[in-house]
Amino acid sequence: MSREDIQSGLAEILEEVAGVTPADATPEKSFTEDLDVDSLSMVEIATAVEDKFGVAIPDDELGNIKTVGDAMNYIEKNQ
Amino acid sequence: MTSIQLPTGAPGSRVLGLGSYRPRRRVTNHELAQTMDTNDEWIQSRVGIAERRWADEDETLVEMAVAAGGKAIAASGLSPDEIDLAVVASASLRVPIPGIGPQVAHRLGIRRPGAFDLNAGCAGWCYALGVADDAIRSGSARNAVVVGVERLTDVTDLTDRSTAVIFADGAGAAVVGAADEPGIGPVVWGSDGDQYNAIEIAAGRSTMTMAGQAVYRWATTRLTETLEQAMARAGVTPDDIDVFAPHQANLRIVESMTKKLGFPARTVIARDIVQSGNTSAASVPLALTALLESGEAKSGDLALVLGYGAGLTFAGQVLRLP
Repeated sequence: MSREDIQSGLAEILEEVAGVTPADATPEKSFTEDLDVDSLSMVEIATAVEDKFGVAIPDDELGNIKTVGDAMNYIEKNQ
Repeated sequence: MTSIQLPTGAPGSRVLGLGSYRPRRRVTNHELAQTMDTNDEWIQSRVGIAERRWADEDETLVEMAVAAGGKAIAASGLSPDEIDLAVVASASLRVPIPGIGPQVAHRLGIRRPGAFDLNAGCAGWCYALGVADDAIRSGSARNAVVVGVERLTDVTDLTDRSTAVIFADGAGAAVVGAADEPGIGPVVWGSDGDQYNAIEIAAGRSTMTMAGQAVYRWATTRLTETLEQAMARAGVTPDDIDVFAPHQANLRIVESMTKKLGFPARTVIARDIVQSGNTSAASVPLALTALLESGEAKSGDLALVLGYGAGLTFAGQVLRLP
């Protein structure tokens, strides 16, 4: 899966879980600071990523994912 | 060889009456915002709680359990001497010896019942209901009182905004009796002890900590199958459910479970957490009595209930409302 596909797949999840406009889901954006995603929505994003991309994101890894780019890198590396 | 004889149990059991006790003191989000760094919007968006009840000193576990149990007995139409089993579910006893089951039963006027406490965290009341149903069906008891009671404020750091806004106090109870037509479905219970410390009072501490993200993930991903099993084992489907009353831990978990199970539009969803906060083992009977009192639920409705929490433990069943 290309990096663009990962970004658009992630944007779809962000829109569904947290109402983020897809165009705003760019790599440099911080989930909590820029996109107003709270800690429980992060869990929902993690479980949706697991379903969509087939990568497991345990709770201790979730804490290291701060930006959309972090999530893209994690998915890319673990796919 | 002399054979051991067994009693003949009842074909089923049913809930004969429900009762609850809400502490007098109402604590709003605005009040909490005056003493800690939080606000109404933050609390409502994270956990869905608008206000909760905090017990005063005289509203002890025993007093609240007796108040709720007394109302449940009155609603059941039984006299206390017809009851022979008392199970009190609680996770917030600060003194483990003695358990409060015998004292609560004595105060309710029940003579020499089997009586004990049950600690399965927030799942306690649903576990206790399963125990009572089994006892009546096996012939170990005729009628039982099942209480869930908590003073979580005793085990919560009331200056910690991550837990103080959530946990609260209260009691709820049911009287369960024998029935030819079963009014309580088989309990589906279990535990995930690998996450034993997700909700705990750690060694040397006096207050509870919770790994919020881990518990949220567990509750929203692992318990749907428990609810489906509880319905399947009772031979019902989501279309048959009039009332869905899961443990009131977090409104977002209630909404997530509701969405996944696909109930019909007429199904009433318990959202008592908005007014009561998270009352652990008391939350399910508190929610059921609130729905009956408001008229949103009625006698004869089929309810799906689920408790889940520290342990981690979970238990669910279907029951017909009295």
